Amino acid sequence: MLTKGKELAGATSAELDVVLLGKTVGDFTKLLSAYANRVLVVEDKKLKNFNSSTYLEVLLPLITEHTPGLILIGHTGFGMDLAPRLAIELDMPLITDCTDLTIEDGNLFATREMYGGKINAKVSFCKSQGYIATVRQGIFSPEEGTLKGEVVSVAFPLTEEIEEKKFLEYVEAAVGDVDITQADTVVAIGRGIKEEKNIPLINEFAETVGGVVAGSRPVIDSGWLPKERQVGQSGKTVKPKLYFAIGISGSFQHVSGMRSAGLVVAINKDAGAPIFSVADYGIVGDLFKVIPTLKDKVKETKS
Amino acid sequence: MDMIVCVKRVPETTEAELTIAEGGRSIKEERLVFDINEWDNYAVEEAILLKEKFGGSVIIIMVGSEAANETLRHCLAKGADSAVRLSDEAFNGSDGYAIARILREVIKDMKFDLLLTGVQSSDNGYGQIGVMLASMLKVPHATLVTSIEIKDKVAKVTRELEGGEGEALEIKLPAVLSIQTGINEPRYASIRGIRDAMKKEIKVLGLSDTGLSARDVGEAGSKTRIEELFIPEVGEVAEMLTGTVEEASGKLAEILKSKGLLG
Repeated sequence: MLTKGKELAGATSAELDVVLLGKTVGDFTKLLSAYANRVLVVEDKKLKNFNSSTYLEVLLPLITEHTPGLILIGHTGFGMDLAPRLAIELDMPLITDCTDLTIEDGNLFATREMYGGKINAKVSFCKSQGYIATVRQGIFSPEEGTLKGEVVSVAFPLTEEIEEKKFLEYVEAAVGDVDITQADTVVAIGRGIKEEKNIPLINEFAETVGGVVAGSRPVIDSGWLPKERQVGQSGKTVKPKLYFAIGISGSFQHVSGMRSAGLVVAINKDAGAPIFSVADYGIVGDLFKVIPTLKDKVKETKS
Repeated sequence: MDMIVCVKRVPETTEAELTIAEGGRSIKEERLVFDINEWDNYAVEEAILLKEKFGGSVIIIMVGSEAANETLRHCLAKGADSAVRLSDEAFNGSDGYAIARILREVIKDMKFDLLLTGVQSSDNGYGQIGVMLASMLKVPHATLVTSIEIKDKVAKVTRELEGGEGEALEIKLPAVLSIQTGINEPRYASIRGIRDAMKKEIKVLGLSDTGLSARDVGEAGSKTRIEELFIPEVGEVAEMLTGTVEEASGKLAEILKSKGLLG
């Protein structure tokens, strides 16, 4: 995002400022100053944990004072909680989950996915003094920072406690009996498994190939596999030698959790499923026919 | 607990082949099956669960055409009390901001403890309506909510963060919560529920029923505009193993063995 910000700032002869909020940010400012013309730092004990209400009170006066032409925020659990509110308060157009931002003839355009990644859209912002975009995680290739930005300390503007919303604690990821991040072979199932009663079919197949069973979000949401078996952005990141994606369409959120797997095999009845562009080998077919047959073939081949 | 749930009717596209309609700014919808947005389905269930626990009411609100009545009837059959459908030619082409503005016009005069939305819709995936509404209505919000506990006039909620982690926070009511999938197990409507739903009211409101003008809605009232849709370029694709199921499976088993991946 910093690299993209620098590119966009360069294309419009603008400067890139980075805003950093926290309790004690320490040396992180040094790192950031290589990527920006200025690093604006706001430190206060009330900024120890994320709270969009507090962040908003800090960012609104800062943005009003600096009048940026474009505000970039990560499309994360924090960014999603913050950006739409900023957009309303500042009366600025917002485009979320951007996978690219470009400037053509002086106008800013965003590219983003629709329909779970099956369609891309080029979206424009209506004329405004400033624009807001949230940016998909890890979508831009980072470059080495070469700038030597000035670190500017900004006073924390709030004196009173925010009463409407209070951070309580972080909730750690669930721990289960099987650690899917340690397995050499992962057999992952998605929406295509259709019903909980079909899970044993996958268990048997996983046993044959010596793998552990994991799942994409819909399978976990349905309660058919425990949360610690989830592969994806909101679950675990796995790097097995062999990864089976069975009945998984291959949304960005899922792929970000298995991109580094060694060999990826995709089995899906939709030939257009995005998972096939991630996989090394693909079979287009009904998993309920393919999996039992493949299980037998693997058994034959092994013996 | 008086609750409002904002829902959307969307095309089911996970297994469908999508084509871009003439003009290049929308997809062809004729052959697609429509249903309630998955995230909204969880939001409706959560509202009904809270109503069953604490009493109160659940009102479903949506912007949508007459075909969406089916979706609203379904929500009523599950246990919602009434529904409001905002429908007007002028609403066509509204972006998320304009939709939030239309919804606000109806909600601003309603009393509620909780306003629930889905985190995002499966078609556009903006994930912004709930937070925008909260800002417009000047109430606090939390997104990506994975659990809700109510005590007095405070909700203790957990939010989903990245990598399986989450955070717990306390939020004063009234508030807007955007609901993540998996928070509950959405029920099916019972036969009796479906029968009862026929007697429940779906109020239909148009532009003239809101305090807005044609300039405030549709493309005119939007702050962003979809210029063009395109099918994403597929980079390198997997080597497809073809033939019968037998043949393809056989080839795959050989490949896995030759690479030493079968233990």
